[in-house]
Amino acid sequence: MKRPRALLAVVVPPLVVGLVFLSLWELLIRWRDVQPYVMVKPSAVWSALVDNVGPIRDAAFVTGGNAVAGLVLGTLLGVVLAVVASAVRPLGDLINPLATAVNAVPIVVVVAVLTRMYEADSETPRRIMAMLVVFFVVFVNVLRGLRETNATQLELMKSYAASPLQQFRTVRLPNAMPYLFTGIRVAAPLAVITAVVAEYFGGKKNGLGSGITSFLSTAKKDVGLAYVAGASALGVACFAAAAILEFVAVPWQRRRSSR
Amino acid sequence: MAYGMLAAGLVVGGWEAYRRWFGPWLGAEGNEVGTVLGWKILPRTSANLAMPPVEQMIDELTKPEVRGSSTAVWQAVLEATLMSLWLAFAALVLGAVVGLGVAIAMSRFKIVQRGLMPYLVISQTIPLIALAPLTVTWGGEISFFGFEWQKWTSAVVLGAFLSFFPLAIGATRGFASPTPAALELMESYASSWWSTWRRLRLPSAVPFLLPALRLAGSAAVFGVVVSEISVGYTEGIGYLTLNYLGEGTARPAKVFSAVLGTIALGLLMATAVGALDRFLGRRRPTQELV
Amino acid sequence: MSEQQPAVHAADLEKVFNIGRPTQVEALVGVTLDVQPGEFVSLIGPSGCGKSTLLRLIADLLEPTAGELAVNGKSARQARLDQDYGMAFQQSGLFDWRSVAKNIELPLELKGWDKAKRRARSKEMLELVRLGDRGSSMPWQLSGGQQQRIAIARALAAHPPLLLMDEPFGALDEMTREHMQSELLRICSETHTTVVFVTHSIPEAVYLSDRVVVMSPGPGRITQIIDVRLGDQRDDDTREATEFYQKITEVREALRGSELGAAARGIEDR
Repeated sequence: MKRPRALLAVVVPPLVVGLVFLSLWELLIRWRDVQPYVMVKPSAVWSALVDNVGPIRDAAFVTGGNAVAGLVLGTLLGVVLAVVASAVRPLGDLINPLATAVNAVPIVVVVAVLTRMYEADSETPRRIMAMLVVFFVVFVNVLRGLRETNATQLELMKSYAASPLQQFRTVRLPNAMPYLFTGIRVAAPLAVITAVVAEYFGGKKNGLGSGITSFLSTAKKDVGLAYVAGASALGVACFAAAAILEFVAVPWQRRRSSR
Repeated sequence: MAYGMLAAGLVVGGWEAYRRWFGPWLGAEGNEVGTVLGWKILPRTSANLAMPPVEQMIDELTKPEVRGSSTAVWQAVLEATLMSLWLAFAALVLGAVVGLGVAIAMSRFKIVQRGLMPYLVISQTIPLIALAPLTVTWGGEISFFGFEWQKWTSAVVLGAFLSFFPLAIGATRGFASPTPAALELMESYASSWWSTWRRLRLPSAVPFLLPALRLAGSAAVFGVVVSEISVGYTEGIGYLTLNYLGEGTARPAKVFSAVLGTIALGLLMATAVGALDRFLGRRRPTQELV
Repeated sequence: MSEQQPAVHAADLEKVFNIGRPTQVEALVGVTLDVQPGEFVSLIGPSGCGKSTLLRLIADLLEPTAGELAVNGKSARQARLDQDYGMAFQQSGLFDWRSVAKNIELPLELKGWDKAKRRARSKEMLELVRLGDRGSSMPWQLSGGQQQRIAIARALAAHPPLLLMDEPFGALDEMTREHMQSELLRICSETHTTVVFVTHSIPEAVYLSDRVVVMSPGPGRITQIIDVRLGDQRDDDTREATEFYQKITEVREALRGSELGAAARGIEDR
């Protein structure tokens, strides 16, 4: 347990930085008399947030739903294919460079193609987009976990005359678990970001992303920034959920995950 | 490389196979196979509009961009891609300069690090890109040092903003990576903070900086492409994609050339960063930022 | 009958890695060695002398290129399939995601033992290595020495007649190491286990062994076998006895001789 003083040293500096930042922002806009269609005060954002809690929450459910759907499907697909790829080596060698390429590319533009493949009011393109992004992260991580096993443990299993299936179940699979949960933790905020940005490419105007574009690009910047705050909260929530899941699911990893 | 080609081949093959054989009945209106829990998963193919044939996409590349224009689609796409690439490079340089500066300040003054680090970490979990439309109305309204805010400025600033965070985090961790023994050694030489930074902290940060640079490179590309769309900067590949998408029914295959350009943009940036990596010469094991 | 049969019988054993490639290495040539039941034999020598390779041949983790090898009177492969030996490595190789007791039960689980029997045996083993109260702990909550004791308990869980150990105490500090050596001797005498023990520590080899097999590299082979036998009752006084130091000197000279021989053939000790 941390002593109160140590805790204070961790909590106070970020609070001070945050307060200084917000006050500077507020004061700058008051002093220079910046027009609301250029930039708004943080206090205005706060009141907009309070006034629009309902719509923002509804939009967060739509976008969050898409992100979670993508996260779940992408994780499942990633795990299954990684298991197959660890057994069939060429498959891994095939998907790995693709994953590297996808990570370098703003893959979200593919949603432009997907929007036409589904009905205009369909959420599917956004979910598929989030799924694709999650899939590559999870696949790469799990495959690494399945391949990088402790040499001593593998020798031990051979000395036990364990069958390949036993070896997979007792060594490779548990060994890949921390990698899986790290992958989910990394992919969770990406799923949210993808789900938000995917809404920039048309489709039903019901999520955080469409709220952000429609308000932020007009004079109602306060409402737009309130939507951005909602999206940020969603991102942090997804990340926190994934981090807690990791903490609970792979306890032996706790002492190492000081990263 | 060979595997990359094979992967691309499989994507094309899968596309064509679905479009020709499976899509017309599985993805059709009212077919329940493609619907799970009331959610339609399989796409429709509707008469080449939704999923145009690959040969049509290739064909589209050489057609004039608009009727009667002398520029072919591929030329327009190439131009837009290069334009976005320059913007992304500018964004990366700007983000790197600011990111490294902040990282140096953070490793010099513990209190700065305590104040900023939590925000840097949180920044990685929130959709900062959502701020892109904020700058739409800034054109002509904001000016500094006699320079007026342009639409491309939005793209560069957003890209720089996004690439700043991974670089600042990577550099801070890198600067903190020397062992206590190495730091004590430098102290025993009565080396000044700057001298220690240059001789010990900076070289030890290289394995952290390279992966951070890779992340920052793709963040810059992402930021530039998405803010082009948000602010309507018409000369970049991001906006071109949206633009071509609008021509849906008339030329359904056209948008794919823009998507191709975006993919090329990402890969070009990755290649450039990779070249820098090799240029730095020391292919030491790198630290992944997770 | 089984009293007469050697626990390990090797004759003209040979192992060549990367045959036919430029990287071809003669890891072991002409190894002839018999280990009697209940005997404690150490393999010692500089890096590249093939001591770990020999251990892995006995364990059937590697296959010999030529020569004769029998473990408990069977082929090494059959001995492995029958789980005639337990093995411990320099790294404990414990599974982070299994409790200490479940780690010990792993080989039994793979042999298809039922749960009650496994539970009883892991309890017995925990008592044997004097960690009776740590069964429900997770491996990462134990110290390095405790982890290594669990690894030994796991190796002995199925009551194998033979224990193969590859520098099991190599990563431990000197104090823990001496303690573990005494513990190992106690466990072996309680369970009448035959041990083949790879080490690069001369005092360790001398203190533990009935016989020390001195090996040398380039190509890996046995240069000398030294009888030690400091008696059944070894304790801290043994470590200060003149006889102990004489044996250490004897082993050291044998090692130096083999090293000189290797140097004369143009092989450097890494």
